[in-house]
Amino acid sequence: MNNFLLLPVLIPFFFGMFLIFNQKRLAYQRITVMLGLILAIISATALVFKVYQDGPQTVTFGSWPAPFGITMVSDMVSALLVLTTLVLAFFIVWYGFESIGKERERFFYYPGVMFIITGVNGAFTTGDIFNLFVFFEVLLMASYLLIVLGGEKAQLRESIKYILVNVLSSAFFVITVAFLYSVVGTLSMADISLKIAEINQPGIITVIAVMFLMVFGMKAAIFPLYFWLPSAYSAPPIPVLALFGALLTKVGVYAIMRTYTLFFTHDLAYTHELLLILSIVTIIAGCIGALAHFDVKQIIIYNIVIAVGVILFGVAQMNQIGLEGAMFYLVHDMIIKAALFMLVGIVIYVTGTTNLRKMGGLMKTYPALGWFYLIAAFGLAGVPPLSGFVGKLLIVQGGFQAGNIWTSILILASSLVVLLSVMRIFIYAFWGEQGQVSKQVNKTVYHRMFFPTMLLVLVSIFYGVGTEWITPLMEEAAKILVEPSIYTDAVMKGGN
Amino acid sequence: MKTNDVILQFTAKIVFFMIFFYAVHIFFAGHYTPGGGFVGGLVTASAIVLLIIAFDIKTVQSIIPINYIYLVAVGLIIAGATAAFSMIMGKPFFTHYFDYFNLPILGKTSLHTAALFDLGVYLVVVGVTMTIIQTIGEDE
Repeated sequence: MNNFLLLPVLIPFFFGMFLIFNQKRLAYQRITVMLGLILAIISATALVFKVYQDGPQTVTFGSWPAPFGITMVSDMVSALLVLTTLVLAFFIVWYGFESIGKERERFFYYPGVMFIITGVNGAFTTGDIFNLFVFFEVLLMASYLLIVLGGEKAQLRESIKYILVNVLSSAFFVITVAFLYSVVGTLSMADISLKIAEINQPGIITVIAVMFLMVFGMKAAIFPLYFWLPSAYSAPPIPVLALFGALLTKVGVYAIMRTYTLFFTHDLAYTHELLLILSIVTIIAGCIGALAHFDVKQIIIYNIVIAVGVILFGVAQMNQIGLEGAMFYLVHDMIIKAALFMLVGIVIYVTGTTNLRKMGGLMKTYPALGWFYLIAAFGLAGVPPLSGFVGKLLIVQGGFQAGNIWTSILILASSLVVLLSVMRIFIYAFWGEQGQVSKQVNKTVYHRMFFPTMLLVLVSIFYGVGTEWITPLMEEAAKILVEPSIYTDAVMKGGN
Repeated sequence: MKTNDVILQFTAKIVFFMIFFYAVHIFFAGHYTPGGGFVGGLVTASAIVLLIIAFDIKTVQSIIPINYIYLVAVGLIIAGATAAFSMIMGKPFFTHYFDYFNLPILGKTSLHTAALFDLGVYLVVVGVTMTIIQTIGEDE
């Protein structure tokens, strides 16, 4: 019995409701949203420490005994992701003050952000498979609002595709849960894990595992199902894009990670081999996309696809090191993608174009922007003192340990492509002749956009340099992923 | 030329109350028989829609001067607060309380906090349905 772990979900929810009032008063909206996020960050930080000290926290709604009520579980994996989500939301909302536009701010932008955070945090925290579906819908509904808000032509066109794909995958989710329920007869994730272990994963469970991979793969954009992502993500304005790029696909990755380490662990030769192959092809497809485009947004968007592949490769190894690397890389990627989208947003703001060929020579006029972009780009590629290094190192180490030599080398090679793709932005936009410059650049607006971005890049630097402090948390997280019995014990015995 | 729909308007005035009280009945019956906040809310909204059909949106807004978006927010807050109330009492989230009371006219009645949660659902459903219909209806 411990309601504390609900606070990072409930605080954004309640503040979202209060934000529905007083739409036209921007001061009220901005102050309330920031206050809510700060409170949520404080509670999430405290939660991480509590989970670190006392082990996984659980609460089953309505005082029902464990498998019969909805259980919310906060282990190290979800506590870390919840904290990351809130910190990113804080910086992105701050960045959005100057760039989202007053019309959007006056039309339910902030409630939309708060509800998307509620959904993401709830999906990270829930311990019930159908509740996971509900939280997926909460975050998707809010994302439908944010993707179409503003009503530009491109947004309308892309939101149709986005909604269509997600409605389809949600329907598949329900069907898959129905299949699973008809086999195991329970919805609590801990109980499902125990029941599947009891019947030792017959063929039908493997089929369900692949269906789950399809459902979550559509949300997370893995290889054959990533087709909707590049065009859909190019439509919304930059703060919304940063929110989507940092959070939404990662919820799908988390769901794959959770189901493939908790439920489907008895037929690794099939399910995890499939995951491995798909993750490799995802990386290749993402690399091709990232190199093919001359549009700054598209380059970063395809880097999302690459990162999803890398994380899932770590998950597919199913050993302590690989999963620890996957956790490291997941948190790193959320931070760095948000930072990169914010940086690219500033580049678009000062040049007035997304086309790389038209840019150039920004280093003379905006040196700080250039250097911070360079740091973020190196961080993304995984240059040693920065944040992407440890995660990828551990993932590759896990790959070698599991005997996947060639595919691990391919992961290393993909880092070069990632580096090339983001350095191309640096070379084209910051070096060379003076390119196109937007007419209406306002210095104060630029500084107000740059400041939160700078802080976020500093957070990512700290994440890379302070690996020593973060490692115990990540080890804890990996231990739970490797050893599902810790999770099931916490839920089934640790309840009231 | 303006059509004269006096029969429709007169019938709507009477039928509105029949539908509305039926909705209230469904809402309160939800614990022991089929019904509850969701259906109750939909039936209430359909009663208001009947008024909109018989009259027009502006008239109905002056009869029922409610900002339906705020109604959604209020419903969410009621539902959320009911669920969160047990947190203050030191019980897990969403724990409900119930007891039997001897009310003056109704006699022995069971009162349950789940009804408050249902009231929140009811308000959200009415608010959402009416917001959808009004915004599409006002759209030129």
